[in-house]
Amino acid sequence: MSAPLLEVTDLRKSYGAIRAVAGVSFEVRPGEIFGVIGPNGSGKTTMFNSVLGQIAPDAGAIRLKGADITGLSPLALNRRGVGRTFQTLQVFGRMSVRDNLLVAAQEHRGSMFSRMFAAPDSGLGARADALIDLFRIGHVADKPAGSLSYGQQKLVDIAMAFMSEPDLVLLDEPCAGVNPSLVGEIAALLRELNRSRGGSFVVIEHNMDFVMGLCHRVMVMVEGEVLAIGTPDAIRADRRVLDAYLGN
Amino acid sequence: MTDLLQLTFSGIATGSIYALAALGFTLLWQASGTINFAQGEFVMLPAFAMLFFAAQGAPLPVAFVLTIAVAVAVLGWAFKRGVVDPLFRHGMMAIVVATIGLSIAMRNGVRIYSADAHPFPSLFADKLLRVGGVTVSLADAGTLAFALVLVVATQAFLARTLTGRAMQAVAQNTESAAVLGINVPLMILYTFAINAVLACAAALLVTPVYFGKFDMGESLGTKAFFAAVIGGFNNSRGALLGGVIVGIGENLAAAYISPAYKDAVALALFMVVILFKPQGLLGRKEERKV
Amino acid sequence: MRTPLALAAGLAAAAALVALPHFLGRSGVYLLSYWVVFVVATMGLNLTVGYAGQKSLGHAAFFGIGAYTVAILMKAGLSFWLGLPLAALLCFASGIVVGFPALRVQAIYLAFATLGFNTAAWLFMRNEEWLTGGTFGIKDIARPSLFGVSFDGHRAYYYLCLAVAAILAALLYGLLRSPWGKAFTALRDNPIRAESLGVDVRGYTLLAFAIGAAYAGVAGALFAPLLEFIDPAPFSVGASIMMYLMVVVGGPGYFFGPMLGAAVGVVLPEWLRFAQDWYLFVFGAAVVLLMIWLPDGLLSIPGRLRARREARAASAARAAAAARLDGGGR
Repeated sequence: MSAPLLEVTDLRKSYGAIRAVAGVSFEVRPGEIFGVIGPNGSGKTTMFNSVLGQIAPDAGAIRLKGADITGLSPLALNRRGVGRTFQTLQVFGRMSVRDNLLVAAQEHRGSMFSRMFAAPDSGLGARADALIDLFRIGHVADKPAGSLSYGQQKLVDIAMAFMSEPDLVLLDEPCAGVNPSLVGEIAALLRELNRSRGGSFVVIEHNMDFVMGLCHRVMVMVEGEVLAIGTPDAIRADRRVLDAYLGN
Repeated sequence: MTDLLQLTFSGIATGSIYALAALGFTLLWQASGTINFAQGEFVMLPAFAMLFFAAQGAPLPVAFVLTIAVAVAVLGWAFKRGVVDPLFRHGMMAIVVATIGLSIAMRNGVRIYSADAHPFPSLFADKLLRVGGVTVSLADAGTLAFALVLVVATQAFLARTLTGRAMQAVAQNTESAAVLGINVPLMILYTFAINAVLACAAALLVTPVYFGKFDMGESLGTKAFFAAVIGGFNNSRGALLGGVIVGIGENLAAAYISPAYKDAVALALFMVVILFKPQGLLGRKEERKV
Repeated sequence: MRTPLALAAGLAAAAALVALPHFLGRSGVYLLSYWVVFVVATMGLNLTVGYAGQKSLGHAAFFGIGAYTVAILMKAGLSFWLGLPLAALLCFASGIVVGFPALRVQAIYLAFATLGFNTAAWLFMRNEEWLTGGTFGIKDIARPSLFGVSFDGHRAYYYLCLAVAAILAALLYGLLRSPWGKAFTALRDNPIRAESLGVDVRGYTLLAFAIGAAYAGVAGALFAPLLEFIDPAPFSVGASIMMYLMVVVGGPGYFFGPMLGAAVGVVLPEWLRFAQDWYLFVFGAAVVLLMIWLPDGLLSIPGRLRARREARAASAARAAAAARLDGGGR
């Protein structure tokens, strides 16, 4: 088995007396789609934000390709090849869809000073067009992102995370507020991106069908701890998981 | 030493007037996110209203009460409905810019009416009190007492009465307040009304010193703004502290540094607070919103 | 910008700007030069506020630093052509310093901090007579000449200002088209997302301030010889607010916003002279109404009209479709 891409070891974060994350460990392998599920308040988002440098964990280590990345800023993480999406829509509303995609990768090209004189598309035009085709948003590519429908903005939002060709993408509820037909489309897109580009994804999602159909392995979190990690089939068969969701 | 004490005391008295204007400033901010850069003109206008009523033969108390009624309608209700409500969805800078425009319009509108400085009857006799070697004017002492009573009364109203507590709930979390069945728009309107009343009181105290003039609000508004930021934008007690600090600061700076740098102490403190404790000396920290 | 019509309009406007002084008297040319200087200053502010979203209410301080730098250096015997770049450089550096608060505080607090900076700068200009002449100001600032060509005449100086403005406009246009322009806009629209995409929020924030300030510095350097006299009055907080208004009136984040906004701010007062005492009252009231009806400025009107037309077309299409469905159901 190949070395893990992301290794999280004994991550802990408390807010006063509340232990939001209480010793979570897991690893994500190269090329893997890793799902994270759990009831509300199970610590998924706190874990996610700790890995992404949005909040500082109390204890624990996070490693990317063997290097310690604990406590790095979102900026530094991005430069090391970590992409992300947010739970809520986060596009640049007054910029065109194409510019949204371009700005999502341009900072990986050359130095800040060299970019001042670079071509407007930083040489990323073809890459942006490929994603625009894949996500089928060509008809709105020149419109301001803020003027699109919610579903279209969600697609732009997800596409942006892949522009810089990151090794690891963390997606925070990619299906939140999305209609059922688009949920299927997003799953197909992520599967296609995973197949053609070989990146690893971590997906937090409440939509069970989506997670079980998409992910290679799934982690179940309850009350800040890991209840189970396994293949979708194994998780579905796990009595403890059923209890956690239905019992309380 | 007595100089220092006297300067400090008269600084506190002036500062308590700033505090009245600053208190309204913070209340508006808490209840509705309104930053009112026309706050100085909100004091200037009642001064002219009182002068107008007095010229019609009304005794000062009557003029004061009439002015409050007019101010609540114009500076409270009409200001909220006409300027703040339509601008709310465009964000804070739109309100800042609009209230700056409003202050220019008010100031120059009054200038057309009269560009002169009008003397204004003082509430207090021109008398000096001697307290343990320090000479204190009755006007200073009275101003301080009057302003303190108003600040404490406002605090008590907010903390003790049902309406006041509902207003505070709105200020802290509009959505939860609405869920709890509080009439949010009405509570916000009350806040605007209270701001108008406090402005009238500040006018009553400050005009005898500054005279009623179209541009009297300019420096007053700045001082109130500095006071509100220094004390803490989201804390009503902060306005009092901020006002007093600004009042003392300008008195001491004028005496010991240079009259040209009278405003520098308040300015320096204002900058330090903004940079290192933007929530103000007494304010709570606000969560950064995504 | 790419249609032939727009190109033709641009060329016509440029030709008009070159030809106009020959149809105007001395005061007309002076007013036009005044406008050009404010276009330069507000182009910088538009970058800081309109594109990068950093709320600055202290732009007139940079304008003043630029003006005083040139005036003081020229009084010390140095050439204007040395003073101009030094003014820009000094303002660039001050812009970085003033930008630091923007890394700590956001939005309204940043506006307050810049306002405080302007007040401090103004107090300094007014009180430090040994350097700035205080309220007496600095008199008899000479207009420059270059390679034997004197810019002393009012038309010649106008052309100098216009040339500088044209160069700076072209530079800004290039900058906004480059990846930097997108990074600034990303910073304005959503700084948290921008950071997660690798945009160096700190660096671009400081640059947005510094470049904007440098533009104000050049504008100030042109302003001092234009008036041939400077005192602290045009560099007060009130002037900063006026510049902010110019940007807002024209349309923040629109390239031609400052040209329009500065025209409204500089030329309109002259036209409204007949209103005399009423002028400032009308002006203040107009600002309030403008913020209520047109918070994104005059240049947002075409986009608004288009959006309304599209919405109307969409609702018409919906109505037609509904009518068809009704017909089919019967």
